[in-house]
Amino acid sequence: MSQFPADRRETWITGIGLVSSLGDGLEANWDALRSGRINIDLEKYAPWMIHPLAPLNLDSQILKKGDQRQMQAWQRIGTYAAGLALDSAGIKDNKEILARTDMIVAAGGGERDLHVDDAILTARIAGDMGAGAFNERLMNDLRPTLFLAQLSNLLAGNISIVHGVSGSSRTFMGEEAAGVDAIRIAWAKIAAGQSEVALVGAAHNAERKELLMLYECGGFNLKNDFASVWARSGRGFALGSGGVFLVLESRTHAEGRGAKPFARLVNVVSGHSSRSTPGGVESALGELWAALGAKENAAAIYTAATGAADGTAEEGSFLSAHGNIPVRAVGTSFGHLTEAQFPLALALASLSVSRGELVPPNDTSGRETEINEMPNQIVAVGVGHWRGEGMALVEAVS
Amino acid sequence: MTGLLETSAPQKNERTGMTTTHDDQRRPIVVVTGMGVITSLGEGKAENWAKLTAGESGITTIRRFATHGLRTRIAGTIDFVEVKPFSSTTLAERLADIAIEEAVGQSGIGRKGDFPGPLFLGLAPVEVEWPQREEIARASGEMGAVDYDVLLRASANGRFSQVHARYLFGSVADHLCETFGTKGSPVSISTACASGATAIQLGVEAIRRGETEAALCVATDGSVNAEALIRFSLLSALSTKNDDPRSASKPFSNDRDGFVMAEGAGALVLESLQAARSRGARILGVITGCGELADTFHRTRPKPDGEPIADCIRSALTDANLTFGQIDYINAHGTSTSENDKIEYLGAAAVFGDLARKIPVSSNKSMIGHTLSAAGIIEVVFTLLTLEHQRIPPTINYDVPDPAIPFDVVPNKARDARVATGMSNSFGFGGQNVSLIIRREPG
Repeated sequence: MSQFPADRRETWITGIGLVSSLGDGLEANWDALRSGRINIDLEKYAPWMIHPLAPLNLDSQILKKGDQRQMQAWQRIGTYAAGLALDSAGIKDNKEILARTDMIVAAGGGERDLHVDDAILTARIAGDMGAGAFNERLMNDLRPTLFLAQLSNLLAGNISIVHGVSGSSRTFMGEEAAGVDAIRIAWAKIAAGQSEVALVGAAHNAERKELLMLYECGGFNLKNDFASVWARSGRGFALGSGGVFLVLESRTHAEGRGAKPFARLVNVVSGHSSRSTPGGVESALGELWAALGAKENAAAIYTAATGAADGTAEEGSFLSAHGNIPVRAVGTSFGHLTEAQFPLALALASLSVSRGELVPPNDTSGRETEINEMPNQIVAVGVGHWRGEGMALVEAVS
Repeated sequence: MTGLLETSAPQKNERTGMTTTHDDQRRPIVVVTGMGVITSLGEGKAENWAKLTAGESGITTIRRFATHGLRTRIAGTIDFVEVKPFSSTTLAERLADIAIEEAVGQSGIGRKGDFPGPLFLGLAPVEVEWPQREEIARASGEMGAVDYDVLLRASANGRFSQVHARYLFGSVADHLCETFGTKGSPVSISTACASGATAIQLGVEAIRRGETEAALCVATDGSVNAEALIRFSLLSALSTKNDDPRSASKPFSNDRDGFVMAEGAGALVLESLQAARSRGARILGVITGCGELADTFHRTRPKPDGEPIADCIRSALTDANLTFGQIDYINAHGTSTSENDKIEYLGAAAVFGDLARKIPVSSNKSMIGHTLSAAGIIEVVFTLLTLEHQRIPPTINYDVPDPAIPFDVVPNKARDARVATGMSNSFGFGGQNVSLIIRREPG
């Protein structure tokens, strides 16, 4: 958990870019949330299920077809969402600001060419591919452009090229925790005066069998029957496609250019509990909550909960101990966007604060309930499916 | 290093009135109190420094896997650390363990398994590797066509749970955080070949923010496997001088033909000067400036005029509050690719002017190869050793100078020199540029 001096500067969220299975842009996503719509494909990967990406007009954010061709799906999603965030903040094409915008991207890796893998594995199992033939096959079949699309830092690289963001460029890896720490460090730099404006976020492509395989090895994929996050009894997550980027800005910088905030980002904290100790997550969340400084009776929680067995159960215990706080799990509607899941919860919290409205409950377990009065603070909570916990506090700027 | 920083009483900076535990911008001064390194030359600072200054190469013919049909068959592998079955991610983890043990040991900070600060880890992207993929395929029992539907079915039921735990991007940081007891959420970074430098930058920034008194910065790479080698080979980035591995890496030479992939790890214990002094730690150097700038020109190629590199160097000088005339030595990125070395010179020349021909500039990659994600931190360790020993390691294999790169590359033989301030540059795919400035003494 990070400690931070009290004399920190005020940080605003001045831009949000969001694309998901529910739609392209803030209005489409907000409308879908209000109607309780869920977009999940139960057939294509059955018994597994994913939340597929809504159609995007890529040309509107990635002008050159050549740039689009140089990217894989996750990079196109992210570059597109980053463009939406810059538009939303009103700094798109503002070269002077973009040249000093600090960027932190939370990223996994890129898609593999599954046909190449299939062919090699089939030949290896049949016993007719030695080391020489293996090398030859890779030399002939791997595509150099695919390698670049697989590199974790090339989402940030593409955002630099397409949108001209060039103040700094850092890519954090490490699943859900990468999304938390990207936000935390971008915020901390602004709060401490090390940065004025930052673009931070992540993107995820759910339609990847090699990713499904990785999570299947750990037993984390939701299968057969869909259920809301709280009603899964630890059966795991359905991966979701989407991209989420935020523009964070010092209040001074934002006011200096007349920018309107979605919300004030008051604090961001993260931790690493030992998951081998029962109760570790719950106790870590308690410490983070204490460090965060939210008003107990004035907050709602938007959680990036995964639905994975131990983490979500312990998070449930933590939430039950704060039983008066209204809760929404974003994973029910959007699926699990891994690195982007915490930024997603924070983006929706900011949007809700700016619109003075919580999204309605979307849950059959009874944990998510209607509220009478809109709180003016919302806490985004993240508990990784394997490691990492975090919280961020936003409040309305009156 | 004796005699350095033996003053214990805080002194006032005349200009700012601050005590000298803070710099001119009133930020805590960040010092190094421990460092560790492992490369193809060997394990630990002593062995590496002896071989570096003797101009030895760690590049050899690859023995780890069959190289039939490959255009490049050489690398700076670390074969003296055994990982069975081989996994690049597991090797990277072991190398990081070794480098951190040395760094934390030298520093004497905290207690065993209880490091009093956060972890910043530079790491190559992680994914399931061929042996594991093939193991799952074999477990499927399928003898005909194997595809990911077959793999998906075979991966259920928990028998490959260790594959999940190993090939999460966060898995190496989890292990290091739990082994060394670092505090908070461990941060894994990929900024391609600048990752190690970015890890240091994040540590410096956290200490300057007052978030922590100490940070453990490490970067590691164990990437020499067939697929990774082939990927770089398909980009025509690698040297193909297979017949004479030791002379294949030729930074700044006219006959250079690409970089040589290599493995290694480096670790630094960073502390605020105040914290280091108060526990009486020996101070090995000061990180006085960090510069960074993203190049928006191309995914793999730097802008041909070198301006982003120049601006990156300028921002490091500004951060350190130094002028270019105060830099005594540049530890170059110097990969031995045609393009990098040329544009690195142009970028440096744009900042240093005529001095770019006079300041000694050497590339450790001539001896250890390109350690990719680890390079930025390993080369800072070597820059710190250069400051400590007042001796500059050479650029070896420099027989045919490139007339377009009139650097003084400290050719082939180490050189004794007065070096108070060094600069270490790292550039990576994706337009990543980081320059760090390191001094012997604070103030």
